[in-house]
Amino acid sequence: MNHLGFELDRIKIGSFDFTCCEGCQLQLANRESNLPDFLALLDIRNFREISSERLDDYDIALVEGSITRSDEIKRLKSIREKAKVVVAYGSCACFGGVNSRKNLIPQEDTVREVYGDKHVETMPSMRIADIVQVDYSIPGCPVSKREVERIVVGLVTRSLTSLPKYPVCVECKQNLNTCLFDLGEVCLGPIARAGCDAVCPTGKTPCLGCRGPADEINFPAFQELVTSRGLSTEEMKEKLAFYNGFTDYTDHEG
Amino acid sequence: MKVDFNIDIHHLPRVEGHGDIRISVKDGKLIDAKWAVVETPRFFEAMVKGLSAERVPFLTSRICGICSISHSLASIRTLERAMQITPPEPARIIRLLAMHGETLQSHALHLFFLAAPDFMDTPSVVPLLHSHPEVVEAGLMLKELGNELSIATCGRATHPVSLVLGGVSKAPSKPRLTEIRRMITDRKPMLDKATDFFMTLRIPEFVRETEFISLHDGESYPYIGGDLVSTDGVVHDENDYLLMTNEYMVDFSTSKFTKVSRQSSAAGALARFNNNYDQLHPRAKEAAAAFGLKPVCHNPFMNNIAQLVECHHIVASAEAIIDQLLDSDLCDLRTDYKPKAGAATGAVEAPRGVLYHHMETSDEGKVVKGDCIIPTTQNNANIHHDLHALVEQALSQGKSEKQTEKLCEMLVRSYDPCISCSVH
Repeated sequence: MNHLGFELDRIKIGSFDFTCCEGCQLQLANRESNLPDFLALLDIRNFREISSERLDDYDIALVEGSITRSDEIKRLKSIREKAKVVVAYGSCACFGGVNSRKNLIPQEDTVREVYGDKHVETMPSMRIADIVQVDYSIPGCPVSKREVERIVVGLVTRSLTSLPKYPVCVECKQNLNTCLFDLGEVCLGPIARAGCDAVCPTGKTPCLGCRGPADEINFPAFQELVTSRGLSTEEMKEKLAFYNGFTDYTDHEG
Repeated sequence: MKVDFNIDIHHLPRVEGHGDIRISVKDGKLIDAKWAVVETPRFFEAMVKGLSAERVPFLTSRICGICSISHSLASIRTLERAMQITPPEPARIIRLLAMHGETLQSHALHLFFLAAPDFMDTPSVVPLLHSHPEVVEAGLMLKELGNELSIATCGRATHPVSLVLGGVSKAPSKPRLTEIRRMITDRKPMLDKATDFFMTLRIPEFVRETEFISLHDGESYPYIGGDLVSTDGVVHDENDYLLMTNEYMVDFSTSKFTKVSRQSSAAGALARFNNNYDQLHPRAKEAAAAFGLKPVCHNPFMNNIAQLVECHHIVASAEAIIDQLLDSDLCDLRTDYKPKAGAATGAVEAPRGVLYHHMETSDEGKVVKGDCIIPTTQNNANIHHDLHALVEQALSQGKSEKQTEKLCEMLVRSYDPCISCSVH
C-alpha cells in the first residue's frame, strides 16, 4: 500500500466483544460501497463475529461492550497483554453504556427479576478503562463508521487522530435543524460530544448523549436552560443517565 | 469402526454472540450433545422498569445490534397497545419499510458474510472478495440496499432514531424515496445473481420434524402484529404469547429455552415460509421453486434458502410500498397521546423470527413490568435437539470427527442465531 510515496503496512487488528449488542462491530461491515477499500487497510487477525480464523498476534484490539462478569475481566486482561493499542469501541466500552442502568438496582433484585431463584453471575457494568489501560476511545451507540474509517486511516498513515471537542449543537446547526428546545424537548445536544453528524436531532428526536460530554462544557448553564424553559428536570436526569456518560457531572449533584 | 471423540467449540465463530457446541461420542455412540449459551446477561427486563415509556424503544433497540429496528417496533407496538395509541397510516407504512430494510440487511449479512464461507470452505468472506468478487459484490449491494432503506426510514441503520411512540418523528423525503426506488430497479439483478450462486451450493440433507412458529394474518406476509400460529395447528391471540413460548431454564445456558406442542420449536425465515407460503410474492415463490423448497420443509439448513426467498419478497414489497408513499402526502406522522396505565403484547417478525415484547405501564406512563422473548431464545432448544439428531445421523453415515464438527457448526449457523439478543 502506498501513501504519498511511502510504503505502508496494513494494521494487524483484532475485534472483541464483551457485554453488548455487537452493533458497533457490525458497523465495520457497513458503508458497503467502500468496504473492499476499507478492508484492504486491515489485516484481520481475530474477529470472531465474521471469521473462524483466530490468531493471537494483533497490534490493535477493538474492544466492544462493558464488563459484567469475572471471566470477562480475565479475557480482557489477556487481550491487553497481546495488543499494542487497545481501543474502547462504543458507548458500553467507553462509559458502561445502557448496561449501566442495572447498576441503579441491587444486583440480587436484577437477577431475580429475570431468572427467579436460579444463580446467575453478574456484577455492576464497568467501563473497559476500569479494568485495563485504554489508548483510544471511540464513543457512540453505535459508533459512526465514518469516524472509525477516519481513525483507522489515521492509524495506518501514522497521523494524529482526535475526536471533535465541540458539542452536537454545532453539527445540528450545520444541518439547519429546528432546535428541539424550541419544540419543547430536553435535548443533550448543548453538552454532548459531536461526531455523529447530529443524527438524532436531525431525525427530530432528542440527543441522549451517547458520545459523552464535549470538552469544557458549562453544565450549570445547561441545567439553567432546562429549568428556564420550564422543562422537566426528571426527564433531563433520565436522559443524562441513559448511557452513563455524564457521571463526572451528575455524581456531584446533591 | 467404533469411534471416540469430543467436540468442544468455545465461542462459535461467525455468529452473533457467545455460544458453545459440546459433543461427546464414545464407542461410536453419541453420549451427549449440547448447545450451551454462555453469553453475559444484560437484564433488560429489570432495566426497563421505571423508565418513561417514550424512552423504552431507545433502550430495547440496544438488545440487538443486528435487529434493533425490530426491537424498537416491538416495544412501540406493546406500549401503543397498552396505552391505546393509534399511529397514523403513513407512519404504519414507513415502519413496515423500515422492517424490510432491516430484514434485507440482516439476511444479506448472514447469507454472504456468515453462511457462505462454510459452503466455500473459507474462514471468512475476505478470501471470497478475490475468488468470487461478483458474488460478494451482489451480497454487498443487497446489504447496502437494506441499510439505505433503514437509513431513509429511521435516520440510521443500527439503533433507529425516528421510530417513536405514536408514529414516526420524521418521514423520508420524496427525492430520497425516488432515489431508493431507482436503486431497487438497478439492484434487482443482484438477487438473481445471488440465487444462481446459492443454487450451486450443496445444502446438507437432514430432516428432523419440527413445530414452526410465526405470525400469520392470512392477508400479507407477516411483519408487524398478527395471530400466533404453528405448523402443528396451534393458534393464539398476540396477547397470549406466553402460551406460545412456555419459557424454562436449563443449567448449561444463560438463555432460556421454550417449547409449545413438542420438546422444542423453531422460529425464523423457514417458519414464516412454512406458515405463510400463500402470502409470498410470486417472484419469491419462483425462487423457492428453483430450490425445490415447499412448505412444510423440516430441513433446518434450508433456513438459509428461506432467507434468500424472503429477500425476493422484500425487494418486491419495498418497491410497492415506496410507490404508495410517493403517492401520499406524508404529513400525518405522529399521534399525540397522554400516558395511561395498561398492559399488552407487541409481536413482530424480526429477521430471525417472531419477537415478543410485553409491557405494563403506570398512569404516569412509566413501565412497571417488562418481558422480552427473543426469536433465538425460541430456537435454542431446537438447535440443541437438532445437534443430537444430526450427530447420530453423521455417525450412522460413518462421517469423521472433522466432518461432524463442520456439520454441527453449519447447523447452528443455519439458524442465524443472535445470541446476545437471546440472553439480553
